[in-house]
Amino acid sequence: MNETSAQMIVFDDVSKFYGEILGVNRVNLSIAPGITSLVGPNGSGKTTLMNLMTGLLRPTRGRISVLGIEPDRPEQLFRKVGYCSQFDSFPGGLTGRQFISSFLGVQGYTRGESEEMSAKALERVGLTDAANRKVAGYSKGMRQRIRLAQSIAHGPTVLILDEPLNGLDPMARAETINLFRQLASEGLHLVISSHILHEVDMMSDQVVLLNNGYVVAEGDIHGVRDEMDEHPIQILIRCDRPGVLAARVFEHNAVVEARLHTDAQGLFVKTRDADQFYLLLNRVVLENNLNVESVAPVDDDLNAVYQYLISSEGGNPS
Amino acid sequence: MSSRADTSVVTKPAEGLPWTLWMRQVLAILRLEVKKNFWGRRAILIYLLALLPVLLFSAIALIPPDVGGRAEPAFLNMMFAGIYEILILRTVVFFGCAWIFMNLFRGEVVDRSLHYYFLSPLRREVLVVGKYLSGLLTSLILFVSATAVSLLLLYLPLGYSASMKLLVEGHGLRYALIYLAITALACAGYGAVFLLIGLLFRNPIIPALAVYGWEFINFLLPPLLKKLSVIHYLQSLSPLPLAEGPFAIVAEPTPAWVAVPTLLIMTGLLLAFASLQIRRMEIRYGGE
Repeated sequence: MNETSAQMIVFDDVSKFYGEILGVNRVNLSIAPGITSLVGPNGSGKTTLMNLMTGLLRPTRGRISVLGIEPDRPEQLFRKVGYCSQFDSFPGGLTGRQFISSFLGVQGYTRGESEEMSAKALERVGLTDAANRKVAGYSKGMRQRIRLAQSIAHGPTVLILDEPLNGLDPMARAETINLFRQLASEGLHLVISSHILHEVDMMSDQVVLLNNGYVVAEGDIHGVRDEMDEHPIQILIRCDRPGVLAARVFEHNAVVEARLHTDAQGLFVKTRDADQFYLLLNRVVLENNLNVESVAPVDDDLNAVYQYLISSEGGNPS
Repeated sequence: MSSRADTSVVTKPAEGLPWTLWMRQVLAILRLEVKKNFWGRRAILIYLLALLPVLLFSAIALIPPDVGGRAEPAFLNMMFAGIYEILILRTVVFFGCAWIFMNLFRGEVVDRSLHYYFLSPLRREVLVVGKYLSGLLTSLILFVSATAVSLLLLYLPLGYSASMKLLVEGHGLRYALIYLAITALACAGYGAVFLLIGLLFRNPIIPALAVYGWEFINFLLPPLLKKLSVIHYLQSLSPLPLAEGPFAIVAEPTPAWVAVPTLLIMTGLLLAFASLQIRRMEIRYGGE
């Protein structure tokens, strides 16, 4: 184990089969600190990957290490890792506070330490007021947050969160995303699965796109987009004379399509080299004294990338 | 939602002292599990089972002592021996332990809450020990108490002085202590068997019934096979062995100094096997 892998979550040719059914296949990943999102539709392998890295599942083939620790050593792994799973179930009869402090006790903390750490975790997820109520009486959003509190209570350096925003109202979502950002800024690894693409897009440093058990792309979302040569980047330029612009854009070889916006106040351009196109655009704007209102890529977000990657037709993103 | 609290500054448990840590972890598991065993929704069955002998001996206690020679020590002892083996040992303790110990893991899989243990920095062997001890404590409290209350109810109708005389001057006290010890050993032995069954099988009812069948036909088995059971060692300890009928294959009872350690060693081996099993266990609630 080298120093780098001791700071990463590493999947080395990992496959998991449930009998004949494929969970994930030939996954090679290195996840660095920061917020990494696993994105994919139901059944794409997100939860399987998370369960593999936490030892809830064992790989059929390959090796996994989390900060240099193999998942079949829970006594070491979970000193550093917290996992907020999707299982919306709890041991019966416990209040929120008892739920967290009981499992801190199971970790080996004394009663005093457990109480103190529970209080801090509850405060962090905004559940202090409801701490002494039975978990069974919590709303879905509160149950989500109490599980989040339980997973962060021991101060892990890797936090794995399976659909952590499910069931949260918009305010709680925003607060939770802020909490994730803050945890990431403290140097934590956050591995988050989600199917809400715009939220993933907002908070992720890097994404792992999954489909049918395969990793179809990974890395910084814009970097992934740039490498998709078969799908030229679409850029919308809102300006006063889009026709003039349209006549000039084909001077750049990488531009493959230019289409006027229906309101005649903009131009859609498809290019295989966005950087070069922006240079050309600057020149055209200056030479023709165009009044430009905005320039924005329209398919540079996660949703578009994901649509391109998984759509069988390979068509335009919706 | 505050983001000021910092949980990472709290001192983590000392490393390099695993026994101290394991002890604390076992105690924490015990606290959680014993509470669940006694107050969970599955507890009602074990209370009913534990009540069975108490109700039966309460009913017997209502019969006047002078009916059918009931005041005779020999009669009392033989009656208790029969009811103890058939009702308490083979029914209450057996099925009670099956319910308690099989649910330690299987129940949590059904409730989808086992992952909280698996996601703790806890050796899975320690989890097995903690869960087993919680089941053992629960079954001991319930079934040893049920045995003790049954014994009390046996002697109660005779009055205080006659009861004390039977207990102190006769074999009463020694027998009572032996029965309590047999119950405790039964909880330990059957507990380990059913904990393992609960780990190995998705539907543990059928294997549990198979074990019941094996224990039931023990009297028909050749001497060597008899020893592959729990009931053989428990019967060997019984102060008043019951006649096993004309078809029984008679075998020498195992002496107590062999029977007790053998049962305990068997229990240890079963728990060791359970520990190996649980290290390979995956959480796949969807497939349950």
